[in-house]
Amino acid sequence: MIEIKNLTKIYSGRKVLDDACISINSGEIFSVIGPSGCGKSTLLKCIVRLIKPESGRILVDGKNVVDIDDEFELAKIRKDFGYLFQGGALFDSLTVMENITFGLKYLTDIPKSEYPRIAREKLALVGLEKAENIKPAELSGGMKKRAALARAIAAEPKYILYDEPTTGLDPITSDMILGLISDMAAKLKITSIIVTHDIKLAFTISNRIAMLDKGNFEISGTPEELRRSSSPVFKKFTDDALSSDVQGRRHDLEVKHKQY
Amino acid sequence: MRHYISEGVGRRMMSLAQKMGAVSLMIKSLIVWSFRAKPETREIVKQSVRIGVDSLSVTILTSFFTGMVLALQMGYTSKYLFNEPLYIGTMVAFSLVKELAPVLTSIVVAGRVGASVTAEIGTMKVTEQIDALYTLGTNPTRYLLIPRYAAFLITIPLLTVFADFMGIFGGFLVSNIKFSVPSSVYWNDIFTFMEIKNFMHGFVKTFAFAFMIVTVSCYKGLTCEEGAEGVGKATTESVVTSMVLVMVLDYFISAALVAVGLI
Ligand SMILES: Nc1ncnc2c1ncn2[C@@H]1O[C@H](COP(=O)(O)OP(=O)(O)OP(=O)(O)O)[C@@H](O)[C@H]1O
Ligand SMILES: [Mg+2]
Repeated sequence: MIEIKNLTKIYSGRKVLDDACISINSGEIFSVIGPSGCGKSTLLKCIVRLIKPESGRILVDGKNVVDIDDEFELAKIRKDFGYLFQGGALFDSLTVMENITFGLKYLTDIPKSEYPRIAREKLALVGLEKAENIKPAELSGGMKKRAALARAIAAEPKYILYDEPTTGLDPITSDMILGLISDMAAKLKITSIIVTHDIKLAFTISNRIAMLDKGNFEISGTPEELRRSSSPVFKKFTDDALSSDVQGRRHDLEVKHKQY
Repeated sequence: MRHYISEGVGRRMMSLAQKMGAVSLMIKSLIVWSFRAKPETREIVKQSVRIGVDSLSVTILTSFFTGMVLALQMGYTSKYLFNEPLYIGTMVAFSLVKELAPVLTSIVVAGRVGASVTAEIGTMKVTEQIDALYTLGTNPTRYLLIPRYAAFLITIPLLTVFADFMGIFGGFLVSNIKFSVPSSVYWNDIFTFMEIKNFMHGFVKTFAFAFMIVTVSCYKGLTCEEGAEGVGKATTESVVTSMVLVMVLDYFISAALVAVGLI
């Protein structure tokens, strides 16, 4: 369980997170939605203490990670986390296979001889069977994202933080990744936090969703609760996406176009 | 206007103090992690090979020609002063072993490898690969810094010894062919005067240069600003800083070494 209490993060005088409170239960798929630049990635980085927040507490299984400064202690906490970075963050100097097995040496006691099998298994899960021996520079954007996902799940951590798992993917691959995320949550009891712009994704697979706006959580709840909510900010953010009124939006855009 | 300038100076002073603080923290964590975790032997080998491959040929070329030009200058100078080429070997060997080989090798490595270390670490920083190291159970000190420190401290002294030999050989060719100094005279001029402490004077300095270059290169990479522009800027600053500091350190370390008897 992760409890975030009164979290505040300031970047050069600007409060990106401002007294944010939320808690994420064990085993659930929790999505954080919100406009670009609202602090979603910052929130994830605070949880694994890649960033030190100015104030507030983050309790991971009851332990406050905000106060820990010793790298050795932090490393122990981070062992429980898999992290899919927004830009993939694959190591350029290593092959895809080496990237995927990179963490195993530090995070697990799995013998080296098992590494290739694990790498192939994870690559198959993300649909990248043939990519094991190439360098990240030769992958497309979507392939990078998937390889990075395979790396994040390789050690089968207790928590996985996904920063935009489906941006840059086509609808079919995107569905495949969603299937993978919910499978892992169900089979391995992994707690997942997904950060996304993609409202549909959030509503499809989440147990609970929270919306981050102006530094704190505007609203949170199960998808049903949110659908019934009357928060104007949330409505404005989600209306278009949820109504799936593509035709209507096209029309709006065309009207706008003509005005110029 | 004046206000603006004084504020700028104030900020520079501040940032120099901050930089020194940040560098000390980096070195502290380097020491801590050297004891806390097993060294990444594979990475150390990889980095050492990379430095060797990147700079061996340039080092050889530079020191060879430096030795040649030293012999040329010394030959003509002594012919001009004494009407015959005297002590070419002595001058070439002393200049190279004590000064030119360590300094030139360090500058070559700073330009070839220091720059690419900064660019590499800087790119890793701006593309979140440094963050990824933390989430995958290690950290940049352990995975990036320690291997690079080890590699620089191993290879720069070795490359310098190479440069010593190449330069002396270059000097030999010129003194033998251009000034018809018999080879026995050339080598005699060297080994009659050269002592182990003279060699040590230069050799000890290479460790200081290596430490300084790798510190600057890693620090500039780790503190690189966002974006490709940030990486470019950090790389240039890294090379310039390393080269200037080699020269500055060279004087002070030489003075200190002479004071303790390593003449
Ligand atoms: N290192 C930093 N220094 C200064 N400001 C930063 C830094 N990192 C992020 N910010 C600022 O903090 C805000 C939140 O950034 P963050 O990356 O968390 O947004 P986000 O919600 O993930 O956005 P997106 O959906 O576009 O990825 C942004 O306005 C950004 O400009
Ligand atoms: Mg983000």
